[in-house]
Amino acid sequence: MIAAILSLTLLGAALGLLLGIAGRYLAVEGNPLNAEVEALLPGTNCGQCGFPGCAGAAAAIIDNLAPATCCPPGGKAVAAAIAERIGLALDLSGVADQGPQIATVSEEICIGCCRCLKVCPTDAIVGAAKQIHNVLREACTGCAACIERCPTEAMSMRPVPVTLQHWVWPKPAFA
Amino acid sequence: MGFMERFVSKLGSHWGVHPDDRKRPAADAPVRRMPMPARLYVPLLQHIGTAARPTVLVGQQVLKGQPVAEPQGMVSAAIHAPTSGTVVAIGEIAAPHPSGLPLAAVTIEADGEDRWADLVGASDPFAIDPLEIGKRVARAGVVGMGGAAFPSAVKLTGSLRAKIATLIVNGGECEPYLSCDDRLMRDRAAEVVDGIRIALHATGARVALVGIEDNKPEAIAAMSRAAEAYGEIKVKPVPARYPMGSEKQLILTLTGREVPATGRPSDVGVLVHNVGTLVAVREAIRFGRPLVSRLITLNGGAMRAPGNIEVPIGALVEEVVAFANGFKEAPARLLMGGPMMGMQLPDLRVPVVKGTSGILALGAAEVAEREPAPCIRCGSCVRACPVGLLPLEMAHRIASADFSGAVGLGLKDCIACGCCAYVCPARIPLVQYFNHARGELAARERAKLRAEAARKLAAARAERIEREAREKAEAAARRKAERDAARKAAAPATTTEEATA
Repeated sequence: MIAAILSLTLLGAALGLLLGIAGRYLAVEGNPLNAEVEALLPGTNCGQCGFPGCAGAAAAIIDNLAPATCCPPGGKAVAAAIAERIGLALDLSGVADQGPQIATVSEEICIGCCRCLKVCPTDAIVGAAKQIHNVLREACTGCAACIERCPTEAMSMRPVPVTLQHWVWPKPAFA
Repeated sequence: MGFMERFVSKLGSHWGVHPDDRKRPAADAPVRRMPMPARLYVPLLQHIGTAARPTVLVGQQVLKGQPVAEPQGMVSAAIHAPTSGTVVAIGEIAAPHPSGLPLAAVTIEADGEDRWADLVGASDPFAIDPLEIGKRVARAGVVGMGGAAFPSAVKLTGSLRAKIATLIVNGGECEPYLSCDDRLMRDRAAEVVDGIRIALHATGARVALVGIEDNKPEAIAAMSRAAEAYGEIKVKPVPARYPMGSEKQLILTLTGREVPATGRPSDVGVLVHNVGTLVAVREAIRFGRPLVSRLITLNGGAMRAPGNIEVPIGALVEEVVAFANGFKEAPARLLMGGPMMGMQLPDLRVPVVKGTSGILALGAAEVAEREPAPCIRCGSCVRACPVGLLPLEMAHRIASADFSGAVGLGLKDCIACGCCAYVCPARIPLVQYFNHARGELAARERAKLRAEAARKLAAARAERIEREAREKAEAAARRKAERDAARKAAAPATTTEEATA
């Protein structure tokens, strides 16, 4: 009886000590998933999701505060990748992907103030003081950060026109 | 043939379907030549790959066969003026595609003279270096004329490098209604054989096997007669079965070798070219003539005068149909290409391109529109699939947006031949599911690449901002140091001045 109590107590104490040491030395800073999900996001920190940057959005998605579809520039592709990573069942057919959009400059209104090019997360706007600015279509992620900055409302978001290479057969109506 | 191959060939011998071929009477009618229309709309993208870049200006005079656009990138093809005249516009035209989206095109107003540019031919093509043949074929803008429109020069030089042993000449023409390859082999067998010999020389292949479906006895006879003198060219009748004209199926039938799922025909030592392509190659090498016209089949129950017509590239379908006396009834469906894999045309104001094999106007009796019913899991599609896939399972996954599941079942091996949809008793549009899934997957892949590029740009910007801040700080520190040094230098001077004073 005494031997049993003693041995179990000893065992408990030893294992507890071991766990305590392991907990201190093998501790993980934050959730490792955060970094992985952040890597899946566009990484431009545009803030369209309403969270502070892509790291903030990743944390919110993992804590279930935001849906996996919260990243507008990422669209369906990013949403599907995130859902797969964190093991979330996601019905993408309901997601209204309004299609890729890019910013365009109305050249008649642009006064060349350089405010938009300072906020562009991918340096997609080219311009100099008192020169008409322009958007590099290949670099624009459609984050719309520049829209609010323009004092003359010369910036606007326009859908990228569908071309033959980008056209997708519609899904058959009958399923 | 090894044990596995024999086993597989026994097992896989039930693939394909046997649709009513409906090639006659169009196939027996003599070829007509369409007069040059007043305006030609020559698209800059008539091939797989990157669109060509225009090299002419609006208002410029061009001669027939003069290049109007040059290839861009590795896989591309040059475009030539189909007649002499004036470039009146470089704009857009509706593409011969179900989406009806615009396509960049050079519009040429014909001057009626149809005058050729200066062409450089070769009286002895076999004296030319094989690589040079590839270059000349590229300059002539020849693309695969069986429908896929892959640039031929890329295939020729690629197989020279891969050291292929066998050239397979595709005269299968398994699509119902179409007969342009049949007509070409019947009327111009000697030219086809000459083209085969040039291709053999260009690729270094030793043997050419000409696969012709056995529903074209006249073509088989004509080709056998023309190839008699050349021991390296063998005409091989193959059973009429759709999709016999598909590259992988023809290779399997003629050589018993199966092209690996992710591989190319060169992996099994084979190159496949369509008969029409080989005639175009011959024209390019012998006479220096670029691909500016082609033979197309006009057929279907709604067509008044079915037959084969030689049409300049860029002619509007509307004008081709008008030349063939129009429709006898309102067509229930308009197609470019065959009924199994062809493109449904949004309207008639689209141009004929290099890959157009036919224009079909199907009458109401030929189009059986029926609402799709639920899948009864009969497995007909599994038996019909020439690549051995499970179409019903793939469609089921795609219907619930499980694209990776469909890829796991072999979606990427699907050749979109349409056999499954043809045999489906429930009339489920299976191929449309597969096309939709492929488009979605490609779009996601593009989005992923874009996101990666954006991430790189964002990192570059962060790096730039940091560097600018650092440089600014350094410059400020340097200026401060200079100021301090100047002050220090000035300070002793003042003290000495004071001392002297």
